[in-house]
Formats: sequence, structure tokens, C-alpha cells
Amino acid sequence: MSILIDKNTRLIVQGITGRDGGFHTSKMKAYGTNVVGGTSPGKGGENVEGIPVFNTVREAVIETEANTSVIFVPAPFAKDAMMEAADAGVKLIVCITEGVPTLDVVEAYRYINLKGAKLIGPNCPGLISPDKSSVGIMPTVIFKQGSTGVISRSGTLTYEVVYNLTTKGLGQSTAVGVGGDPIVGLYYQELLEMFQNDPETDSIALIGEIGGDAEERAAKYISEHVTKPVAVFIAGQQAPPGKQMGHAGAIISSGLGTAAEKIAAFEAVGVPVAKEPSQIPELLKSRL
Amino acid sequence: MKIHEYQARELLASYGLPVDKAYICRNVEDAVRAYQELDVPLVVVKAQVHTGGRGKAGGVKLAKDEIELRQHVANILWMDIKGFIVDRVLIGKAVNIASEYYVSYVIDRKSKSTVLMLSREGGMDIEEVARNTPEKIHKIAIDPLVGVPDYLAREAAFKLFDDIKLVREAATIFQKLYKLFVDTDASLAEINPLVLTDEGRIKAIDAKITFDDNALYRHPKIAALFEPTEEEKKEQNAKSKGFSYVHLGGEIGCMVNGAGLAMATMDMIKLYGGEPANFLDIGGSSNPTKVIEAMKLLLSDKNVKVVLINIFGGITRCDDVARGLLEAFSQIKTNIPIVIRLTGTNEKEGRALLEGTKFHLAETMGEAGKKAVELAK
Repeated sequence: MSILIDKNTRLIVQGITGRDGGFHTSKMKAYGTNVVGGTSPGKGGENVEGIPVFNTVREAVIETEANTSVIFVPAPFAKDAMMEAADAGVKLIVCITEGVPTLDVVEAYRYINLKGAKLIGPNCPGLISPDKSSVGIMPTVIFKQGSTGVISRSGTLTYEVVYNLTTKGLGQSTAVGVGGDPIVGLYYQELLEMFQNDPETDSIALIGEIGGDAEERAAKYISEHVTKPVAVFIAGQQAPPGKQMGHAGAIISSGLGTAAEKIAAFEAVGVPVAKEPSQIPELLKSRL
Repeated sequence: MKIHEYQARELLASYGLPVDKAYICRNVEDAVRAYQELDVPLVVVKAQVHTGGRGKAGGVKLAKDEIELRQHVANILWMDIKGFIVDRVLIGKAVNIASEYYVSYVIDRKSKSTVLMLSREGGMDIEEVARNTPEKIHKIAIDPLVGVPDYLAREAAFKLFDDIKLVREAATIFQKLYKLFVDTDASLAEINPLVLTDEGRIKAIDAKITFDDNALYRHPKIAALFEPTEEEKKEQNAKSKGFSYVHLGGEIGCMVNGAGLAMATMDMIKLYGGEPANFLDIGGSSNPTKVIEAMKLLLSDKNVKVVLINIFGGITRCDDVARGLLEAFSQIKTNIPIVIRLTGTNEKEGRALLEGTKFHLAETMGEAGKKAVELAK
């Protein structure tokens, strides 16, 4: 089954004629993702590798019956793109863009909710259900179909963990990059619930980092609702307080959001925390 | 991005919020002139630095005459408060405080919205209040599509005041502060304390506003208020060149593609007994210019004895990275040992390009970390 995306995903690419949009459309299509259309205001009627381009998301959805959208537009236009997708009836909106103003995300998220859709990101690599669908920029070659669900705030650190999982024989059901911003759409709780309810997932790898308290809340949620084995890695033990470590959401504020606190929260509920990314597979295997 | 109290007060005033006029002085004579202009018996002298705890450090003093004023200003100017040197003081009329309150708008990750925070425990460290008596803090999540309508502002005001005249006055303040917050893309707009004076007026006595870095592109006037420390200048410079850099202090420099992986690399160095010198995320590009700039920055830190380059090539191709590194090191001459780990797309081609060079190659992140720590000893 996997979660959120599979062979029934019908994807449109917002910003398909841009450099990143075009490049990743090509990759997703080559992987077998069902890319049914794209949008770029003013370029309606054109096509990218045979994929039709529309002026508006509404048109694209009507013509292609798309249910998912991936956004590759610059930060100043991301809120508008997310809201346009929600208003057009897209049910899963994946925003790759980094640098979106937080109040823009607050507004877009609220609107997406209102429209009954789901958001992933922004500032994320997207998600992939190996051998079914890839929405975003994840390097498909390192993934293998299997039954470990992956949830991560990171990009390349996710790939590092997945690489270790794959080489140690633990394939993935779905891997979701939730994004590095302080406010993002689907986060640990919702995804943990989905994985817990997914018959194709038998274990979960969760990758967190400093900033906020989502990991602490996830630990509580796991202790109350998740029976499948979970293993965790938290990045940023060496991060100094008050400094933003690359990701907009990776910052220890007023002493809160440290890696130590997050690690303690998971250990307190019996969820093992890896000392380094390569340790995740053995932590899961020992509990499977 | 942070700004000084006096800049926050000016911003509040421009949005019609009740804040008394104050003067910014950089020397004793200016302060004396300000005191004369204010023409009130009691004034407050406040250090202007980008940190809290000014009062505790002796950076906030009342002066009842020119003698005290001169004394306090002389003491406070050039004071070191938590590593920040005071080069400016604010001189303002001292207010007769009947009661103090706390109000702020802040981005709240959990509710994914802006939250209005209020408390009757004003003039205190709000984090302490949150720790010890959390029930004394009221939080109202603001719907971004609706804002702060009159009824909501009133509901909030009733949490602080009982007198309907004060409730209406406070409600207007909350609405104006929200407008400021949204207009400027703030991440925090805090008035602590908001006071009720003996004369029955509501005033903002102190203000703190921080701004969302992601939104500065659309607020050039606010961006112009940025006063970076030396560290922040380096970080800013790195950002302008397309990478993120934070100085740490150890002797193993690292350069990584991706923020999460970069943090994990720093952590791993420490795990294996070394000390990371920095955090450096060069992002997704294998472009040699970026690598050169990043290496220059890294090597400008004289503590660095070993460099660890950890690349997981996803979209970024390892052979592109290898070429970039070769070009970079043909330009930068250094005897510092460089450990390189290249995994991912085109890793075989990338590693082949680096064979026979002086670089120490590692296949896994763990191997690279151990090697770097060994070389640093």
C-alpha cells in the first residue's frame, strides 16, 4: 500500500518550465511517476517531454484529473502556488521551495486545510514510494521497495539513512521528507499514524534535528499509539544555541529544542536512538 | 533578525501604539541634552544591545537629576552585557507604574499559526512564568485568514483588564500590534511590560521585535537595520555566496552537502573523539567556485588542522563534485590533510578522479569521521 503516493498518483508540476521544474519532471517521469501535466502562467499549450503545460492549476486538474501537485516555484511565489493548487482541488500538495516566508506558510497551510487537502513541506525533498511513485527530488537510485517507513526533516541526511537501510536489506515502503522549516504541513504525528495503519509498513525510521518540539511530541505519540518498531536519529548535538543551522527551523531558541532533550524524550519511552545514521538498520532489525 | 529596543519602539510608534518619546545617545553630553529636552524629574537610562538581561547586568537605571544621569550613562556606555558592548543608551521619561502586563505575537510551531500571548505577569522573564506558573499565560491562536477582529481583541483584553475603558484601549493596541507583526513579517513582537500608569494610561515601556529572515527580501528598510556581530558578518557573507556557515571552535573543519547531514557530520566528529571547527552546508551544487569560496572560509579559521568533506550525491553527481574539488585545490595551496567521502550518484567515477591525489578517501561517513579524528591528533 505505502502511504500518500502510489500508482494512483496523478501528478502535476507547478513551475514545470523552470530549470528545476523541468529537470526533476524528467527524473520523476523516468522513474515511472505518472506525471500528467504541468503549469506555467503564459506557457499553456506548450509541452515538456510530451507532458502538457497549462496556464492555471484549475485547468490542469480539470483536463488531467490530477490529484497531486509538486511545486518548484521561487519563494516569493510559493504561497500563491500552494493556494492555487488547494483551490483547484489538488489533494496532496508538495512544496519543494526553500526560503518561503513563515507567515506565507501559515496562510497557505490554513487555506489548504480549509480546502480539505494536505501539504508536505515547504523546504523539503518530497516523498517516494519505491517502485510506485516519486514526487520531488529524492535520488531514486538509493531507494529499494520494502517495508520500512521513513520520516525526516532533512534532505541528504535522509539519503544517508536510506542508503544504510537499503544496503543492509531494509527496503522502504514510503520515505517522506517533511522539510526543514519551522512550520510545515504533514509532520511526525500524522505520518506515524499513517505508517502504523499501513499494512505494507512494518517498521519506522524517524530522523529529527534541533529546533521546536515536534520530536518530543512524536515520542509521546509513539508511546501511546505506535506498536511497530521505531528507530530514531537526531542531528545537531553539537549545535550552539541561538544559531540557525542551515534549515530555517533548525535553531535552539531560549534553550529549547536541543538534540539532548529530543534524544531523552525518545529514550524515556523506549524508542532507541542511533548514535550515528549507520546504526539505524540494526536498531530496527533487532526489534523486528 | 534582531533590532534594538529603540528601533522597536519607533516601529510601534509608527503603528500608533502608545510608546513615549525617547532619545538615543552615544555619549554623556548627548544624554544630558536629552535629559534637558525631556524636562521631567525622573528618567530611565537603558542600554541598547541585542540581548536580554540588561536590567540584571546593571544596564537599566533611573536618574533623578543630572548628576545621577551622568554617572549612570558613563557606567552603562561600553559595559559588556553577555558579550555585547553597549555603544548606545536610550533616555526616556520614567513612568509611574501601577501594574505591568505581558503581550506578544509569536509564531507557534505546534498550532502552525501566529499566537497572541498575554499575561498579568508583566515585567518578568516570560520563560520563567511559563515554567513556574504556565496557567498565568493565555494563548490565542490567530486565524491568518481572519486576523484580529474586535471581538477577539476584546476577549484578549478582558484577560488583562476589567474596566471597559481599558479593555477597549488594550483591544486596539492588540489589533495594531498584529498589523505591525503581519506587515513586517515578524517572528516575535513583544511588549514586556505593557503598563497601566498611575495616571490611568496604557503604555509600552519596553519592546522586542525579531524578523523572519526568509522575508527580509521584501522589507529592505528593515533589512537595513541589521547590525551583525563579527560572527554574524561571516555567516551573512557565506549565505550571500550560497552556503551556510557557523563557527564552532574545534580543529576539524567540515564541508557537507545538506544541513541535516552537516549537523550529523559535526556530531560524528565529536562522537569519535574530535572537535568540529564549524558547520558548513554547501547545498546542492558541485560548482567549483562555491567549493573554493567555502574552502577559503573554512581555512581562514587558524584552528583547523584537518578538513573533512562529506558528500552524499543525490541530484548532485559525485564526479562533478570531484572535478570541483580538484579545481579548488589547484587554486588553494594547503598542507592541511583533507579527508573526502563521496557516496551516491556516479560515486565510482568521482572516486576514480581522486585516486592518486593527496586526498584521503573514505567510502562511508563513519570511516571518514574516524580518519579525520586520527589525522587531527
